[in-house]
Amino acid sequence: MKTSIAFALAFTALALLAVAPLILPEYWTGVLLGMTGYVTLATAWALFSGPTRYVSLATVAFFGVGAYTVAVLNEVLPYPLVLLCAAGIGMIMALVVGLSTLRLAGVYFVIFTFGLAELVRQTVSWWEVNVTYTMGRYVFLPFEGHHIYWQLLALAAITFLIAWAIGRSRIGLALKALGDDETVAAHAGIDVTRIKLFLFVVSSTIITLVGAIQAPRWTYIEPSIVFNPTVSFMTLIMALLGGAMRLWGPLVGAVPLFLLFEWLSGRFPDHFSIILGALFILIVFVMPNGVLAKIDDLRKGRQS
Amino acid sequence: MKNFLSGAMRAPRHLATCAVAALAITGSATGLAAQDREAVTIGYAISKSGPNAGGADMTVTPNYELWIEEVNAAGGLKMPDGTRLPIEAIAYDDRSSTEDVVRAIERLATQDKVDLILPPWGTGFNLAIAPLMAKFGYPHLAGAAVTDKASDFVERWESSFWFMGGSHDYVSAFTEILVAEREAGRINDKISMVSVADGFGIDLVKAARPSFEEAGFDIVYDKTFPPETSDFATIVSEASNSEADTFVAFTYPPHSFGLTKQAKVASFNPEIFYLGVGAGFPVYPNIAGGSVEGVMSLGGIDPNNELNSAYRAKHEEIIGRAPDYWGSVLIYASLQMLEQAIERVGLDKEAITAEISTGTFATVLGEETRLENNQLRAINWVGQWQDGAFVAVSPEGSEGLAAVQLPKPNWD
Repeated sequence: MKTSIAFALAFTALALLAVAPLILPEYWTGVLLGMTGYVTLATAWALFSGPTRYVSLATVAFFGVGAYTVAVLNEVLPYPLVLLCAAGIGMIMALVVGLSTLRLAGVYFVIFTFGLAELVRQTVSWWEVNVTYTMGRYVFLPFEGHHIYWQLLALAAITFLIAWAIGRSRIGLALKALGDDETVAAHAGIDVTRIKLFLFVVSSTIITLVGAIQAPRWTYIEPSIVFNPTVSFMTLIMALLGGAMRLWGPLVGAVPLFLLFEWLSGRFPDHFSIILGALFILIVFVMPNGVLAKIDDLRKGRQS
Repeated sequence: MKNFLSGAMRAPRHLATCAVAALAITGSATGLAAQDREAVTIGYAISKSGPNAGGADMTVTPNYELWIEEVNAAGGLKMPDGTRLPIEAIAYDDRSSTEDVVRAIERLATQDKVDLILPPWGTGFNLAIAPLMAKFGYPHLAGAAVTDKASDFVERWESSFWFMGGSHDYVSAFTEILVAEREAGRINDKISMVSVADGFGIDLVKAARPSFEEAGFDIVYDKTFPPETSDFATIVSEASNSEADTFVAFTYPPHSFGLTKQAKVASFNPEIFYLGVGAGFPVYPNIAGGSVEGVMSLGGIDPNNELNSAYRAKHEEIIGRAPDYWGSVLIYASLQMLEQAIERVGLDKEAITAEISTGTFATVLGEETRLENNQLRAINWVGQWQDGAFVAVSPEGSEGLAAVQLPKPNWD
């Protein structure tokens, strides 16, 4: 019963969000678009990094690959096929990366993923410079802001569905064990590496698709534009702020942060980096488990 | 089918637009009719932070500030009826992110409802906003954007104007000089060439390869390096072993500065030393320790052009530093054209676009500046440091262009 009410609520919210661009002025569609992009990124990121506690800075590696796939293929293939290709490439890349690195743990994994983003960017640059002799690529697709927004919204809905389904499945149960203690989980007969790999691939594929869907908005693409490390940091900080262990956590983090940054860029255009850094520190010290967990704690504290 | 769909989508939006417009008018003063207006709002989004901030702060932002200050000091923008309206500027930071620059333009156009929008810095950023500028009907004076596709873009986006030319223009003007020098027997037919793996470097090197080869030159060394490179010892030593009399580097400021220093250290002094962006910055002689005579790059000015000298003096007075010798003057000229177009036709965006496209203007580039096919072509393509100034040059020299002086003297 409770689940069906939650679903009805989520569906109503989704429907309202879908008609929003018809009512709102264009700027707000743009804001919703950027926000939905980050909500999807943060939720997909938390899908893997939440339960496994592997902090990944590779978000922009997959995001950028998605955008580049669209830039390369948009004049060759029909758009839906381009998206499929992007998803496929993201999936294969995640498989290769996952198989070779998911046995790393802790800080080694963080460093590796940060390096991965740089590696992919340099590889794409090298390829473009030495093989195709083109640096910038053009994406001329007839999409306006609201078309891109609707696609992102659909992807966000799918991401939430996947995250919800995983949470209720056997894998979800295994994940809980894995998150508490990996060694114990392994001894209890859980194939730890396979589960981590599965999550990494799902999460990375979604991130790749976000990049692919957003690409037509920029018309012109080059590595320095799509492999911008800020995307990785923003995703991370949003998921951590809301709480990476909960389904709605990344959403709770992404929405206010995105609006805050948007407001800051208008009011205090010169202080963005300082505020980003301060927020990082604040989150780590004050609420390492996110806003939602903090609220729970406060509530419990009052009751007892 | 497509028409039906877009029609169906538009219908509810019209209603919505009306409602929003009503709200906007009650909520803000920007919806007032023209005769009641007290100011002209001009918005722009520029990279104040991130990797593009340096370029934007050299070539674009100071000229916007200079122009706005000058116009407001004179009482404002002159309208066709002779009245003057001051400029109110709205500036956003795009944080060197294309998603942010796109959203900032949407914000300026639909939220702030500014009268005019000035473009951001960089080829990629100008292309990112071009579809929106065309959609909202704003004249798009793309200043800091080098592209060979300008002729295609003016058809795709009819209100777009391109002020900085394309790679082929810069390369072919330089090739002419190379051919003349070779015929005079001052250089051999070998060229060593490096480029930075970035949009700018690759675009130019792609144009340079066929241009040099068609002119009968042999590119004996051709290397592309990543933008993060800071040690140029290997490049300089390989280039100096290549026996080429001509060294060409399509680079950004950090590389141009680094290559200069390394060339001095290694006493690498080819007959022709040509660098990319940065060699035309006023700060370059300081970085090179004074000995910049003969160094070549893109751009250049005519030191005898009094309009330009007055502009440089004014820039130094108001901004506190000199403008660069390439893009700045082009950006400033585009603003002057905008100002004069408004004086002739008022603030109607379509009329301004038409006027800029067909009119003749008095700018810092000359008394009669006009665009060809919505592109500025009166650009100085090759410059050279001569007697402490970075002057525009051609093989023989002509009106406004000095004769190139080669070979380059020794560093010291």
